[in-house]
Amino acid sequence: MISICQEIARGRILVSDGAWGTFLQQKGLQSQECPETWCLTHRADGLDIAKSYIEAGADMVETNSFGANRIKLAQYGLESSAVELNMAAAAISREAAGSDHYVIASMGPTGKILMMGEVSEAAVYDAYAEQAAALCKGGADGLCIETMSALDESEIAVRAARQNSTCAVICTFTFQKTIDGQYRTMMGVSPAEMAAALGAAGADIIGTNCGNGIEGMIPIVNELRAAAPERPILVHANAGLPVLKGTTVTYPESPEMMAGNIALLVAAGAAIIGGCCGTTPAHIRAMAQAVKKMRR
Amino acid sequence: MSELLSKIAGCVERGKINATSPYPPDLKGQEGADELTQKALKENIAPQQILSEGLVIGMRNIGVKFRDNKVFVPDVLMAAKAMNAGMKHLKPFFLSGAVQRKGKFIIGTVAGDLHDIGKNLVSMIIEGAGFEVIDLGVDVPTEKFIKAVQEHPTAFLGLSALLTTTMINMEKTVKAVKAAAPATKVLVGGAPLTQEFATQIGADSYSADPQGAVDFLNKAA
Repeated sequence: MISICQEIARGRILVSDGAWGTFLQQKGLQSQECPETWCLTHRADGLDIAKSYIEAGADMVETNSFGANRIKLAQYGLESSAVELNMAAAAISREAAGSDHYVIASMGPTGKILMMGEVSEAAVYDAYAEQAAALCKGGADGLCIETMSALDESEIAVRAARQNSTCAVICTFTFQKTIDGQYRTMMGVSPAEMAAALGAAGADIIGTNCGNGIEGMIPIVNELRAAAPERPILVHANAGLPVLKGTTVTYPESPEMMAGNIALLVAAGAAIIGGCCGTTPAHIRAMAQAVKKMRR
Repeated sequence: MSELLSKIAGCVERGKINATSPYPPDLKGQEGADELTQKALKENIAPQQILSEGLVIGMRNIGVKFRDNKVFVPDVLMAAKAMNAGMKHLKPFFLSGAVQRKGKFIIGTVAGDLHDIGKNLVSMIIEGAGFEVIDLGVDVPTEKFIKAVQEHPTAFLGLSALLTTTMINMEKTVKAVKAAAPATKVLVGGAPLTQEFATQIGADSYSADPQGAVDFLNKAA
């Protein structure tokens, strides 16, 4: 099987998977639990999530490893389980993906702010190096460093992933629209700044995830594309912002609504498109069908 | 005298801690909130005035800019560092009672939720508005909130949540606090929250940004 980047270089638009966190919650994950422990305790549930996205038409699946860096795991006293959890997370998705689909393993932020001295650069590097190596060993094809907002932490994560694995390195930021209509992360980083810095740090693929629904991703992709004309772009869009109905949380964007924006995202420059919070296999199925139509 | 206080406010707003601090680059080598607060005390400016006309003004300005998306999290964090550099010289006067704060504010992230960035930002900005902040940390069980409001009956309570799953449980906490201490005003905040949700769960105030919480406290205190 050729690599993700080679496929993109051939002009192919790829479909990624949908949400993991909200899917795990549906399967009974409680808010006080460390989600990644389910890789060991509820292996069949993770496998089912990954398989349901492959069956829906995704070319790649993520992993249940978003918070499995030792800095974040320490909040649960699980820092010494980092290697075991990441290897299990990658192996579960690898099993679902088989040899004809990709695994892009999730790596989220540490939750610490470097500029406040809450944690050292060396500690952040070591945590990501350990996670990247374990995910790679567990069978990942790519590492998806996601939901990032700070340049310093992200540059370290990309370098650690690059230097400690043979995987393709993806890094996506979460941008919000400001009052005057620009896009910035909570740390104030623009898509253009992110594209330049992460490209320099060695990311193979850049992009954006979570956010405020799929339509808002289009101007972000435009800005990324303008700043980095050659670099492949990945989008994991959430199904809009959560809405509370009674005591249940719902996400407003339907599979059809999200699929209806695929052509625009591709025109803006996206090469890989999938979902984030609130998206389901039905969303991915509709998006995969939209991509298939464009391939013809 | 007022020039010195506005200089202090400016240092806080720009995140200028002290003379050796390299940030912000254009103020390199100049005195920061640390030195200027000491200078103001030496010039016998009342500590209360240094707080309310210096440090508080700086934090208010950065809070308003943050609300208006003119600045972002790092700017607020640097401003808070500068504020703390000045505030540490006022601590003896808080203890002696020479400086009165506007009130007490208890804050914590609700049970099951380990996220602290939003909570910490709100804490800094509310401390910078002249309130005493009692931070209970993250993953705070309802009983701990109740114990804290009973220990500090005049305090306001702030509840933070980042996850939709923990946000749902805020209602129980609000109801339990109100049952145990009916007079306590409860403020809620966090990325997934809305005004509609806050109203539905019986909270007294919601704001999408920390400055909104300050505005509520300034009116209510």
